[in-house]
Amino acid sequence: MDVFILLLTAAISSGTPLLFAVLGGILSEKAGVIHLGTEGIMLIGAVMSCIVFIETESLFVTFIACLLASGFLGLIHAFLSISLGANQIVSGLAITLFGTGLSAYLGKSVAGIALPVSVPKVELSWLEFIPVIGKVFSNLDLFIWMSIVLTIVLYLYMYKTSWGLHLKAVGDSPSTTDVMGISVTGFRYFHVIVGSMLMGLSGFYLIMAYSPNWIEGMTAGRGWIAIALIIFARWNPIYALFCAYFFGGLDALGFRIQLFEIPVPSYFLKMIPYFATIVVLMFVGWKNRNKPPIEPKSLGVPYFREQRF
Amino acid sequence: MNQKTSAEQAAVEIQGSKKKLELPFRLEYDPHKKSSSWFVPLLSILIALFICAVFIAIDGMNPITVYGKMLQGAFGSAFGISETLVKATPLLLCGLGVAIAYRISIWNIGAEGQFLLGAIGATAITIYFPNLPGIVYIPLMVIVGIVAGAVWGLLTALPRTYYQVNELITSLMLNYIALLLLDYFVFGPWRDPEGFNFPGTPMFLPSQLLATIGDTRLHIGVLFAIIAVVLFAFLILKTRWGYELRVLGANPSAAKYAGIKINKHILLVMMISGGMAGLAGMIEVSGVAGRLMYGISPGYGYTAIIVAWLARLNPWAMIVSSIFIGGLIVGGYSVQTIGLPSSMSLMLQGAILFCLIGGEMLSKFRVKK
Repeated sequence: MDVFILLLTAAISSGTPLLFAVLGGILSEKAGVIHLGTEGIMLIGAVMSCIVFIETESLFVTFIACLLASGFLGLIHAFLSISLGANQIVSGLAITLFGTGLSAYLGKSVAGIALPVSVPKVELSWLEFIPVIGKVFSNLDLFIWMSIVLTIVLYLYMYKTSWGLHLKAVGDSPSTTDVMGISVTGFRYFHVIVGSMLMGLSGFYLIMAYSPNWIEGMTAGRGWIAIALIIFARWNPIYALFCAYFFGGLDALGFRIQLFEIPVPSYFLKMIPYFATIVVLMFVGWKNRNKPPIEPKSLGVPYFREQRF
Repeated sequence: MNQKTSAEQAAVEIQGSKKKLELPFRLEYDPHKKSSSWFVPLLSILIALFICAVFIAIDGMNPITVYGKMLQGAFGSAFGISETLVKATPLLLCGLGVAIAYRISIWNIGAEGQFLLGAIGATAITIYFPNLPGIVYIPLMVIVGIVAGAVWGLLTALPRTYYQVNELITSLMLNYIALLLLDYFVFGPWRDPEGFNFPGTPMFLPSQLLATIGDTRLHIGVLFAIIAVVLFAFLILKTRWGYELRVLGANPSAAKYAGIKINKHILLVMMISGGMAGLAGMIEVSGVAGRLMYGISPGYGYTAIIVAWLARLNPWAMIVSSIFIGGLIVGGYSVQTIGLPSSMSLMLQGAILFCLIGGEMLSKFRVKK
């Protein structure tokens, strides 16, 4: 039982950065904008958090600074892909390249410094009477709870409010939405920027709670796994939660197997999440081979009013 | 009195204009408009340099000094120029590889992994067949490098054609897997026992190295790259196959109705794409490093994306763009002497790509009176 508790705890803590990034990606893609800048924005979020926290030692200021920095990168992506109608894939790649370079540049002064951070824990001792699950959930940190609450809020927003309906409409058929008198551009800008902020939070969590010192390229492809998880989660925040924890678990598993001294080189264990991503996507593709695609129908297609048909 | 009236008038005018916000001109988007061929890339490079200068200035450095240092390092000496060309070679090959995939809207960002597999494959020959006659090594390594890269490309293409898996994600995951594979070999079974714990294989034999030109590190791999450009230009611009690719890239559904076999093309193109990157990997281990080692690629596969876009997927223009980006990388190394990280060039590359696609799209807007 103890092993299971340990594994579940590890899955949640390494799944949480994935969760933030997946939620951000879902928001952007629901509005019809492919966002491949996740990896770059996560890195910028992480390095900004690291620098600002060392300067101010205030979690709140760090949080805000991280949101601003990642939101700004989101604004660039929004401007290029929405206002200019540029290729969203190339724009996203540019964000990732720029973010990787800029984060390495900014992070050179703080590389390797261990952050004196203590993330507040939320102790819910009354949960402990539930076996296993209670033990895991009675002692999680604040940001994990924030991500869980955020998942529920986003779910309610997307499926139970009129704004959520508009969001779906903007992603599926922007011309119809435009006729309804809803600003397609405004909606897309808002969701790309907020989505990018969530990706930034993923970097924030990574450095503040998961491994509190800056290493160049510390996201190690998590941003890309998060992009794959959007498809796996079928653009649904609740599924995203389980997918993120599942992949977090795989990540943690690779790490734990080393402790059992199984004679497999650690390099191969580290490959598990990457292989799993490919295999899972192949499985999803095979399972849905005869079904209509569920992605937002105008994903990746820029919208210009003059060209509507 | 007069003054007051004019002020009042101005106020009324402002109010009026607020009510009916009408610009004297209108921006109209025209997706088919072609922009002037060299002007936009040049301007976007300049703007990108300016944006990064702001970051450098915020950091407390003089951007002109930094850029001067980069320029000096990349093109300021015979050594610098040969280094730049050495870097441009793998970029050109990988750039051609990704460009051919982009032509049919296959987003191969796995050139990095395909490059590494080419390097690993070529090295495997030197490790497992140490006693072959000297003359066969280079051709054999070239073939194995290309095949290894092509297989890695195929691993991206197969899930894409048969399971509708987005090739972006597969190719990127394969990059990380290739990187871990490289680490496994150079830290594990292939490590040079006399290498003082250096994570690399033993040095290659002279017969396993590409010949160099003169006293420089410039090697005949450059010729391979030039041949590849000529071949590529011929294939894409002059043959029926190249025309089919263009149709496929421009309008997949039209291509389908015209009887073009999409899946077959995707598989073939990804194999070519991977093979080019694999060749680049082989050239890098055999021409530059002389062994397989940790961190053999400073992200050539990713940088190749910019080389391809800067040249607008045109093979001839890619010669220029690869030399430019190669210079940027060499310049990036030279700023390390004044305490800046070499990843500066990565930041510049990202900014150039931003400005490039922004500028390209902006030039498609027409001002209408």
